[in-house]
Amino acid sequence: MATLEIKDLHVSVVSEDAPKEILKGVDLTIKAGETHAIMGPNGSGKSTLSYAIAGHPKYTITSGTVTLDGEDVLEMSVDERARAGLFLAMQYPVEVPGVSMSNFLRTAATAVRGEAPALRHWVKEVKGAMADLDIDPAFAERSVNEGFSGGEKKRHEILQLGLLQPKVAILDETDSGLDVDALRVVSEGVNRYKASGEVGVMLITHYTRILKYIQPDFVHVFANGRIVESGGRELADVLESEGYVKYTGKTEAAAIS
Amino acid sequence: MAALSTQPHSHGAVVPVASRAEHFTSYDVDAFEVPGGREEIWRFTPLKRLAGLHSGAAATGSAAVEVNAAAGVTVETVGREDDRLGKAGVPGDRVAAQAYSSFSQATVVTLPGDAKSEPTTVTVTGAGEGQVAYGHVLVKASQFAEGTVVLDYRGSGAYAENVEFVVADGAHLQVIAIHDWADDAVHVSQHHVKLGRDASVKHTVVTLGGDVVRITPVVQYAARGGDADLAGLYFADAGQHQEHRPFIDHSQPNCRSNVVYKGALQGDGAHTVWIGDVLIRAAAEGTETYELNRNLVLTDGARADSVPNLEIETGEIEGAGHASATGRFDDEQLFYLQARGIPEDQARRLVVRGFFQELIAKINVPEVRERLEAAIEAELEAVGA
Repeated sequence: MATLEIKDLHVSVVSEDAPKEILKGVDLTIKAGETHAIMGPNGSGKSTLSYAIAGHPKYTITSGTVTLDGEDVLEMSVDERARAGLFLAMQYPVEVPGVSMSNFLRTAATAVRGEAPALRHWVKEVKGAMADLDIDPAFAERSVNEGFSGGEKKRHEILQLGLLQPKVAILDETDSGLDVDALRVVSEGVNRYKASGEVGVMLITHYTRILKYIQPDFVHVFANGRIVESGGRELADVLESEGYVKYTGKTEAAAIS
Repeated sequence: MAALSTQPHSHGAVVPVASRAEHFTSYDVDAFEVPGGREEIWRFTPLKRLAGLHSGAAATGSAAVEVNAAAGVTVETVGREDDRLGKAGVPGDRVAAQAYSSFSQATVVTLPGDAKSEPTTVTVTGAGEGQVAYGHVLVKASQFAEGTVVLDYRGSGAYAENVEFVVADGAHLQVIAIHDWADDAVHVSQHHVKLGRDASVKHTVVTLGGDVVRITPVVQYAARGGDADLAGLYFADAGQHQEHRPFIDHSQPNCRSNVVYKGALQGDGAHTVWIGDVLIRAAAEGTETYELNRNLVLTDGARADSVPNLEIETGEIEGAGHASATGRFDDEQLFYLQARGIPEDQARRLVVRGFFQELIAKINVPEVRERLEAAIEAELEAVGA
């Protein structure tokens, strides 16, 4: 059973002059079968948390620990983290010109699974996974994310989630920029992944609308670089009606109604 | 590459000394002064490493030219007096004029008219380390001919030449010139392409080996309807100098050109130069042209110079544009691929292969395409990228 454990995590980013502390002591444990929604205003450090866990070179861990099933994640390279079972669905997936989606998916699956998937099964698996997300099969031959719309990029992040089957998935504002149909399709993809009950999900979002499709077990409010309040599903409803003003002193709606 | 950190080239910061139209040309080597290195057309080239090709070095040997001709293609070895030679263009610098003044035998390859021929390969092997040689090749695509000529350069020594491509009316010629020289080789070559009415050329330069390689492809249009696609793919390692100077001379109406050169550089002292000149003369109404150069700098200590020049003497054109960007390896692409479990070295290879993919995909001779893919892999292995 997978467990991602984050303890007293402090993270800085090197800006133009001095390092700036963005995460100021994050504690969070995500166990298999659990979905944790991390909600917070813009600039609170939610995305930094996701990138720091994935190992983006821009962020420096100044103190604290992150472990996956007891293994020290912070000691691992970016690709080792992914192979250990961490997955980050990015808010802004990167374009890689000249590398076809099908080549990329197969290379990633080979790396994560430790062996190349048998071609015949693989083709079927990818086709099925693409159909589930309403992705046109023609995308397989296009360059990774190149010229994709925002919604197409997000569908492909969830396609990778489904194919790579990580132990813990971090979804960084996967709902942002999606229309109603795309949000439904993407959410269904996340729910299929969760269905085994053996994986953990960290769902980072600014708005509550995705929580109508993906049921969180826990809701955490993130403000000023740390978790300031935790609760159950009902906390999202409070945020929906009251916004983040209580945590920031500023008026910023969790949902514009 | 949209995601590269790009350094856009300056517009108007450097005013060319003279219009490309006034560029001096001559068959006679003595009509050119020995370059000192400050001249506009020589300022990027390490003259000291040219083995005297620019300053009158006499031939000490000759390059071996072997032709593997497809059915229907004729191959001749002719003397310098053959009056078919020198028709596609006039040497535009002292080394080209030296080569023109110095070669003793020329190879003439003729593609049959109104027929499609299989690829013909011309293999040129240098005269050997420390040797100087001059050569001349003429490729004639007869009226309505359709075919491919691969020029394959190998071996050692210094070698200067002119290569002519006379593409008759309605002919379609594909050229792939692969510079796969040994480490010591010095190669300076001018390619002269002359396109007849409704003729087309797909001209690809690949530069991998050699100490100094300087290629100047010049395209001229003899009549309307000509179409030129120029591509270049180069990979410079530590200490290598690779220079490509395509020039498209639009002097006829309703012609088209497209230039795409892409290079990767790695290692200390790797230096690439791309000077892309396009001139649209007053008579060339309805011209459509675009040129692009991209450089991917993989390590510190490498330098890419890129200068696109576009001169337009008529407003009555379809379109004209240029772009140039030199960027470092994109860490965001690397992060994205690694975040999906792909190890760093493999991720780097994917990105570099992807960078060249659009050019490699267009090479429709499978053996050449496979050879290039393998060569790029080998380059990347070499630095342990």
